[in-house]
Amino acid sequence: MPAMWHSTFILVMVLLAISRPSLASQARTEESQGTGNATEHTITTLPIVIWKWEEIHFPYLVALWVLVSWLCKLVFQQNPCLTSVIPESGLLICIGWVLGGIIYGADKVQTFRLQPFTFFFYLLPQIVLDAGYSMPNKLFFGNLGAILVYAVIGTCWNAATLGLALWGCWLGGAMGDIDTGLLQLLLFGSLIAAVDPVAVIAVFEEVHVNEVLYILVFGESLLNDGVTVVLFNVFNAFVSLGGAQIDAVEIIKGIISFFVVAVGGSLVGVVFALLITLLTRCTKNIQIIEPGFIFVLGYLSYLTAEMLSLSAILSCTFCGVCCQKYINANMDERSVSTVRYTMKVFANGSETIIFVFLGISAIDPSIWVWNTAFILLTLLFIFVFRFIGVFLLTWILNQYRLVPLDFIDQVVMGYGGLRGAVAYGLVLLLDENTYKEKKLMVSTTFIVVYFTVMLQGITMKPLVTWLKVKRAAVAERTLAEKLQNRTFDHMLVAIEDISGQIGDNYMRDKWNNFEEKWLYWLLMTPFARKSCDPIFNIFHKLNIKDATSYVKEGERRGSLAFVRNESKADVDFNKKFDADFSEMMPYIMTENMGPDHVPVSSIFVPSVCLDMHEQDLKMRESEDFDAHHVLQQHLYKGRKQHRHRYSQKHLEVSKDEHEVQEIFQRTMRSRLESFKSAKMGVAPPKISKHLKKDQPQKMPNGKSTENSKSHAYGDEDVEFSEGDSASGCEAAGSSFPMRAYRGAGIVNPAFMVDSSTVAPSQRAQLRLPWTPSNLRRLAPLRLSTHSNDSFLLADSPATQEGISEPPPPPPPQDGQGRGTHK
Amino acid sequence: MGSTNSTLSKIPNVEELVQETGFTPAHIVRLYDRFEALDKEKTGHLRPQDFGAINRLAINPIGDRIIGAFFSPGQETVDFHSFVRILAHFRPADKKRPKDPSMPEPVNSRTSKLKFAFQLYDQDKDGKISRAELLQVLRSMLEMQVTEEQLESIADRTIQEADLDTDDAISFEEFRKSLEKVNIDHKMSIRFLR
Repeated sequence: MPAMWHSTFILVMVLLAISRPSLASQARTEESQGTGNATEHTITTLPIVIWKWEEIHFPYLVALWVLVSWLCKLVFQQNPCLTSVIPESGLLICIGWVLGGIIYGADKVQTFRLQPFTFFFYLLPQIVLDAGYSMPNKLFFGNLGAILVYAVIGTCWNAATLGLALWGCWLGGAMGDIDTGLLQLLLFGSLIAAVDPVAVIAVFEEVHVNEVLYILVFGESLLNDGVTVVLFNVFNAFVSLGGAQIDAVEIIKGIISFFVVAVGGSLVGVVFALLITLLTRCTKNIQIIEPGFIFVLGYLSYLTAEMLSLSAILSCTFCGVCCQKYINANMDERSVSTVRYTMKVFANGSETIIFVFLGISAIDPSIWVWNTAFILLTLLFIFVFRFIGVFLLTWILNQYRLVPLDFIDQVVMGYGGLRGAVAYGLVLLLDENTYKEKKLMVSTTFIVVYFTVMLQGITMKPLVTWLKVKRAAVAERTLAEKLQNRTFDHMLVAIEDISGQIGDNYMRDKWNNFEEKWLYWLLMTPFARKSCDPIFNIFHKLNIKDATSYVKEGERRGSLAFVRNESKADVDFNKKFDADFSEMMPYIMTENMGPDHVPVSSIFVPSVCLDMHEQDLKMRESEDFDAHHVLQQHLYKGRKQHRHRYSQKHLEVSKDEHEVQEIFQRTMRSRLESFKSAKMGVAPPKISKHLKKDQPQKMPNGKSTENSKSHAYGDEDVEFSEGDSASGCEAAGSSFPMRAYRGAGIVNPAFMVDSSTVAPSQRAQLRLPWTPSNLRRLAPLRLSTHSNDSFLLADSPATQEGISEPPPPPPPQDGQGRGTHK
Repeated sequence: MGSTNSTLSKIPNVEELVQETGFTPAHIVRLYDRFEALDKEKTGHLRPQDFGAINRLAINPIGDRIIGAFFSPGQETVDFHSFVRILAHFRPADKKRPKDPSMPEPVNSRTSKLKFAFQLYDQDKDGKISRAELLQVLRSMLEMQVTEEQLESIADRTIQEADLDTDDAISFEEFRKSLEKVNIDHKMSIRFLR
């Protein structure tokens, strides 16, 4: 009930809002006719308040319309079951119809229409910029070949077949008597053939198809602008020239112009991306307007390309695509958030306005010319030729792809060829005198847009669900298959990493090397460079998580003073984490550079894992158990199966990070376990020989070594000396060279430990070399008990013991991640 | 590339490798470069730590198992030949290879790939995947939220579905049978770069 009152109230407000400017504009036109030249009135007395409508009417109307459009969105969001059936864009169009009807009723003429200039210069750029900026780059470039094939060849095919088919029907007389020709029909075909990015975003947003499919349709919708612009201009020029003047030269020029426009547009975008990145490198001191640069330069890239008659959408897209990685690294986190959110606001807002106005503009009898045959044939041909085109092209592409696109995906791709506002904008640009049938084309465009957005939008989700259901029911997989499939995915990822093959793209490999060597140095601030490593980000997040829970615990206890008071900072966190590691906060170091030449920071395994056991408790309560379901839901998704991140409406942190953190924690833990158990299993009573000797060595300079290959750290309990090979461990020489952290000296000059990165916790007391677990051999491991926290350092410089109690008993042999001890 | 030949000459027994694994010399050169990049101390062998230095493996649930698979039982190091041989399992199958019963099974045939996958589970190499081994794998592949009981139920059901001779373990034949519908070639191949 309250929801209904909300909706009605808002509707009334909206009606009032639009009726006022409508009446006012009427009044204005009357007035301007009435007063003629005398716009200034002579005043006889001091007016206290003046009605200033004439001066401000333009910005007022603009603001009011923006408000009204966004209110429309609010109206139907009250009713969630409506939005789940009809896509938002469809609902916006419907509201646009209502509003248009009201205005028309008030004014008898459609005063507000979507003008092409407004659309192309004020509403579209931000959508495209947002699309580029939020584009999942790896996926995009990985499938770029396929995307280009669909965008270029597919669009040309659509345009050509549609134009020719319509021409054939016109010749056959099916359309009656309309004044058009082959070229005009080809032009019409080219502008209506293009898949529209706005519509695709709007509809696919709500239908969660798999990523590859999404990126193919979406990428196609963005990149086909290059083709559309060229075809439009070429055919427009041909129509003006007249049929007789077209010869081979002109056609060749047309083909050349395609390359120039498309490649040129992309280059403009790349240049602007470069500018943005270099700029963000220097804006450390003006962080407050840093985000603004992105928008301004992005918009300029659009305008520059437009000015040079190149493809503006391509320019804007590539600007966003190319700069996102670097500016996200360069800018402060708050600036990055600001940019993201603001882009979403603009993009979403624009999209809303576009669809509302698409609805409003239609309510205008003066623009409608109805020709049943033309319209119906257009609809039919669009549909049919789209499917044929997709199937043909996919069949060709599948010969070359490692993972072919299956039939269902092709159907969805064909069905997802939505047309939208771009077609509408283009058709309005046509000159009425040259194109006698402009009104017919406009009407047809409207019908096509409505059909695709609304009908196809509504039926898309059911179609996808239906197809998938049908497919899944045919072959119910066994548990073993499911598990094994996922294992295979992980296996492949691992083998790719080991063998250094990144995906199956030679170019990508080369590009990564180039990028690391040159671009990082040129485009990113030094700080940003080292945080590029994804693993580092994981550590960073884990550290932050740990730190926050640390603080929470401190607050719970009253203050953080507890940190200083305890001799061993052994707080209750331990209980939540595996008891084995109660005191160990290992800093696991690797070398400066992993084999992949990426600077690697230290790894900080957090000791507090608050989420694990609580969830255990919850799970135990549920009784109904379905093995298939559980397996499906809870298997880790491999790197190849990331959920697609591009969403216009949601900015959540993807669940992948959580998953990755879990896996990482577990791997580290199991490595520690096996190290520990090896340690335990071998020689518990062996007392460190080097304990006292090593510590002072470690303090000043982490680089000091006893032998060329390893650093020896003292351990109170156990140490594997050089000759120790109790369990077949290799000699010390094979342990990782260890770098002391912070207080003991920093080895890697490239990685400067800023306080904002990995904060050494007070409980960091051990350092372990990073060794894989579950191996039959363990490298000798050396532990350091030297805490490098500033508090402890200040208090007791010679604190040798980190493990003040005897090490906990070896973890029970529960088969967790241990296959080494037989 | 001019360096190809010089690198090729550094590798012993290249022809044998090419024959055995089906990689082209260009592939082998690339893998050799990778091997050398991993082998920081230039000993000519890889040890577990060298694999461990690959960061991304730490965020792979079965990363450590895969590393273990490179090392044959009793060996602490991997030389280049073994490295390549293991990787050869992941080559896409040669479609045009004639079935020649006298020749040994090629490394990247369906059976060899399945054997490799089987060995990942079967850590103690007794030819069967026992319940405990299956539990281990499941634990590592499932999110933390899943409780022990659920894990055990899943393991039990999986064995139930696959185990034909009711010995409460999955033998290689049963394993192979349970995966007969899966396109192993697709799922276990990567395109090696030249």
